[in-house]
Order: sequence, then C-alpha cells, then structure tokens
Amino acid sequence: MSPRPASDVAGGGRTLHAVPEPTSDKLTIVQAVRDAMHDEMARDPRVLVLGEDVGRDGGVFRATEGLLEQFGPERVLDTPLAESAIVGTSIGLAATGMRPVAEIQFMGFVYPAVNQLLAHAARLRNRTRGRLSLPMVVRIPYGGGIHPPEHHSESYESLFIHSPGLKVVLPSNPYDAKGLLVAAIRDPDPVLFLEPKKIYRAFRGEVPRGPYTVPLGRAAVAREGSDVSLIAWGAMVRVCLDAAEALSRDGVSAEVVDLRSLNPLDRETMLASVVKTGRAVVVHEAPRSNGFGAEIAALIGEHALLQLEAPVARVTGFDTVFPLARLEHHYLPSRERVVKAVQKTLAF
Amino acid sequence: MPRTRVYEAVTERLAILDPEGRADHDLMPDLGLERVRQMYRDMVFARAFDDKAMKLQRQGRMGTWPPNAGQEAVSVGVAEAMADEDWLIPALRENWLMIRRGVPAHLIYAGWAGDERGTSFPEGVRCFPMAVPIASQWPHGVGVGLSLKLQGSSAVAVTFGGDGSTSEGDFHEALNFAGVFSTRSVFIIQNNQWAISVPVEAQTASATLAQKAHAYGIPGLQVDGNDVFAVYVATVEALDRARRGDGPTLIEAVTYRLGDHTTADDSTRYRSAEALALWRGRDPILRLRRYLESLGEWNEDREQALAGEAQEWVEAQVQAFEAMTPPAPEDIFRHMYAELPSNLAEQMAELSAEVR
Repeated sequence: MSPRPASDVAGGGRTLHAVPEPTSDKLTIVQAVRDAMHDEMARDPRVLVLGEDVGRDGGVFRATEGLLEQFGPERVLDTPLAESAIVGTSIGLAATGMRPVAEIQFMGFVYPAVNQLLAHAARLRNRTRGRLSLPMVVRIPYGGGIHPPEHHSESYESLFIHSPGLKVVLPSNPYDAKGLLVAAIRDPDPVLFLEPKKIYRAFRGEVPRGPYTVPLGRAAVAREGSDVSLIAWGAMVRVCLDAAEALSRDGVSAEVVDLRSLNPLDRETMLASVVKTGRAVVVHEAPRSNGFGAEIAALIGEHALLQLEAPVARVTGFDTVFPLARLEHHYLPSRERVVKAVQKTLAF
Repeated sequence: MPRTRVYEAVTERLAILDPEGRADHDLMPDLGLERVRQMYRDMVFARAFDDKAMKLQRQGRMGTWPPNAGQEAVSVGVAEAMADEDWLIPALRENWLMIRRGVPAHLIYAGWAGDERGTSFPEGVRCFPMAVPIASQWPHGVGVGLSLKLQGSSAVAVTFGGDGSTSEGDFHEALNFAGVFSTRSVFIIQNNQWAISVPVEAQTASATLAQKAHAYGIPGLQVDGNDVFAVYVATVEALDRARRGDGPTLIEAVTYRLGDHTTADDSTRYRSAEALALWRGRDPILRLRRYLESLGEWNEDREQALAGEAQEWVEAQVQAFEAMTPPAPEDIFRHMYAELPSNLAEQMAELSAEVR
C-alpha cells in the first residue's frame, strides 16, 4: 500500500477523478496498524515513531513500512538496541509535548523496559498530581503460534494490567486495530498496545480510509448467542469465533465477547453477556494461574453469581514456560479445547 | 599489518577555587561580586534547609530524608548556569536547584514527609519530580532533550544522577541514545563517592566517571564539585554546546556526601571519621566564604546576619509545609488516569464510606 497524502486523510474536496475513490480498503491487522500510525502522523506533527528497525526496515513485521520515506528520520527513529531507553526516551518526549509511539519488537524482550513502564510511565501523572502526563503508546507484538525461537511467543498482559496507571489494549481484527490504535495515540495516558502477531496477516477486513477511533475500554460482542459467553481478547477471539461456529452445528448458541481493552475494562458488556447466558468460558494464551481469567471469574462471582448455571471455566496456556515450535500447538488454546470446555460447562 | 591506534581520549578536570578559597584568576568566570555573594547566600540557605529537615526528621515531623549537605556547590553552580526555558530532571540531592527552578521549597518538605502534593509543581515550572529508583531518570533526559530539539527550542534538558547510578544499564543506554540522536541534553553526575555503603572505587574500575562519555562519542568533563565556579563554568559550556545544536555533554562533579545516605542510614558502619574530617575541610560553603573573606567582602557579622535570614526563611517553609491541609483520602485515586475508570470510582466510594 502506498502512503497517501494528508489531504486524502482529511477527505473531501477532490473532484478530479472520474471514478470515486473507495472509502475503505481490505487490510490485514498489521496493515491497519500501519495505517493508524500513518494517518495520525499525517494529522498531528507531534506524533513520532521510534524503536528497533522501525525506519529503514519498516519494522520486522512491516508495521511501520513506508513511514520513514514519508515522514523522515526526525519522526521515524531507528533507535539503538535498548528497550529501556526506548521507553525512557518516550517518557521524556511525551512529558514535554510530543506523542511518541514506541515499538518493542517482541513481548519476550520487554523485560528491560519494565522498570520504565511500571516505575515511571504508569505513575508520572499520579506522582505529579496531574501536572505531567504521558500521551504515549508502546506497541508490542505478543502471543504464540508463529514457530519462532525462544522469547518470541509470550503473553504478558497480566503483568501490566496488574500495574495501575497503564492502559492495556489488544485488538482482534483490522477495523479495531486501526481504530483502537488511533484512540491510543490520542489518549492522554500511556497505552500498551498489544498486537496479536499470529493473526497479523491471517485475514483481511474492511478498514475505513482516514482516521477514526474505537474508544478504549469498550468491549464488543463479536458474535451473539444465548447459551454460553466466550470471553477473550486478541488472537483468542478468532479461536472463540471458530469454536462458536462449531458449537452452533451442535445446536449450542455461544456468544463471543471481545474485551478489546483489559484496562480500562468494560465490565458492563461482559457481565451483561454472562447474566444473559448464565455460563462463561474465559480463553487466554497466558498461563492460567493469576492470569486475567482469574480476575474475570472473580468479577463474575461478585456480580453475577446467582445468574450462573455453572462455574466459570478457563481455557488457557499452561503454567509453564512457553514451549518452542514443536510443542507450541499443545500449549495454545484451540477450538477443540474451547468446545470441550463449553460442553463441560453445559453438562454441569 | 601493524596495529594502529583507532581511538585515543583524554579526560580533563576543571577546578577554579581551591579548598583554601584561592581562585585561579585565569579560569575565573566573570560573575561580578554581587552574584558571587548571592551564590554564597544560596549555599547557606541550602545547608540550612537541609539541616532543618534533619531536625524535623529526628522530631518525627518529617519522613526519611536524604541529606544534601556537602553538595551545595553543584546545585548552586548549575542553577546559576541554567536558563528559565531549560528543563531539570533531578535525582534526589538537587533540592536547592529545584527551588531555584521554581519549586516551592515547602513542597519539597511535604514530599519527603509523605504528601504527594509535594511533587505537584506550579504551572510553568520545568522540572520533573525527583527520581527514586536510581538511574531510570537518565533516559528521560534524553527524551526531553530530543523533544526540545524536534520542537526547534533552544532549551536544554539537564539531568542528574549519582555515582551509583552509573553502574545501571539506563545510564549507558541514555548516553548512547543521546550521542546517537545528538539530543539537547546535559548529564550531570553528582559523584558524592558513596552509594549508601559502596564507595565509588568499588562501583567501577574506571579512573573517573567522566571518561565514560568517550564510549558514547560525547564530551565528558570532571569538575571539582565542591567548587561552585568550576561547576558553573562547566555547565555553561555544556549548555552552550547543546543550545548550538552540537549535542550532549557528560559532567562528573566530584563532591562528598557529608551526611548519611538517608536518615535511615548510619555511615559510621562503613566509612572512617578521618575521611569525613578531610572532606569537611573541603566544604564548598567554607571555601566560598574564604574566597569572599580574602576579597575583604565577608566577616563574622555578615555571616551571623545571613545565618539569621536563612533560619527565618527555613522556618517560614516549615510553617507553610505544616499548615498544609491534610490530603484527602480520595486523592489516592484522582490522578491515576485523566478520567477516573469505573473500578477506581467504585474503590474510591468504598474508601470514602469507610473514612466518613
């Protein structure tokens, strides 16, 4: 996809073409992510992108492809290889008027930056009683299923959800990827934007041209149903949609709730679904114990206990190190595992 | 093929005023007597501010306090060199510099007494809150310096850290980034020679901390950190370089922590009374007083009068700090995000109900 000038993004006023330009494109998630950064950089000169290989190489996943050519090296910075300084520099930029979008190449490499994220990014607003705030985004491809070497498959969302002050957002489809990232870039607080790299190019979806936002903290009902609620985010939404399709052939009507943002969390949409169906299965890639599924189960227990027909079930990764390529398919939640958990829940 | 030299480096040390108060007139900056007297006054005020906090802590009116005593020449010298538009990213022994940058002094007391409003500085004060985790503030100075450069500002980001912080990765990552992106940054190490109980000699095998700049392709300079003129001159040079767009500088100010690490520390466990006595003799305030005396510009009467003024000012800060209304319990929640999310609203209501 070639970069488009800002005038197209703003829309309107162009009458020279005999054939009207399409108003949307069929994009993959990674293209939608790129589109979001492109449109926001075209709209707002404060937005800049920094990280390892994001410039000349266009990012190892090509999420920043073409941005260096269009916006130049002052706004697309190939940084030295140092995650802590990438985030630390972003903090300094964001506190003084810029809107950095940093990339950490893989979630398994985020550890060196954790001190900057938790000790500083998450709390500068609080420690200055609101005087300094950090409108910054840290994009991190996360999750398994791409047969990589060690440290390239992790899902550490719980680490960051448990650290008040950081927003944690995970898109599951191209439309949301663009709209949520635009919203994240415009948000006044630091946002961790976790991209499900397994499905970066798995499918295409209609993505409007020009910037639009999907508000942070609103879940989406990805499929309506009445017997059970499947609650998921990121790449696991696809697994749940597949499972719901399979279940429908057996006459089971499964609703799929895509949380989209884990902090802030849209409790209302999630609880309304569980109240309606009476059953909940939470699906996530991260290890089971102390994973976000536990928090969801607790919330459902607190707010919808009397509507429950069965205990909340969890389909998750194991409490182990993420396995290498030859065993990873055993680790990741599958459609079959979700179907089985639903059947168990229905039989309770 | 013979081996060739691919890189050579020299690290300089700058000192202007010796411990006896004798200045090197060739190196002496043209400050004018009035400004020098003002700098002396600042240092006396800074010491009084610190002494008072120690007393308050002993009386249970202050939380854990990290004494700044002995390091006044760094704060005062740098404050004198910085412009209003510059940003300060402090560590935690730059109290007087923060005050000179516009942070109300009583808020520093409040912050260390456990009131989070202490790091809520007035609008327009270009100062980060102090950084406790050690070294993690260095990269912030890179980001601010880069931000200023991208926005075409002539302002400079001045970042502080201690000698211990140079062992952390963030220090090295920051200098490396600053060099690569040629940011508008000045990095100042307050080498007070002790990171709690570990002396700087055990912190690094380098002969100086300033020489670490060479590894990142930026200028580094060591100064006598108890010499307010040397600190001032080095900082002016570094700020000018950054403002010209010629990139960042690392300054190592060699000073000495006369007090304990904090009021929770007992430095007699790890350092000798002899070393302390030696450094008391090199006190930055004492040497500036000797300098002024040598010019016939200072005497005991003036000293007494100044001490009285400093005391009066400090007492006013204590009063302002102790007169602050107690923070509302709900303040715990109010500044986590720009908008209060529903889970925090719920928890805030729980706490409100509990305390009413």
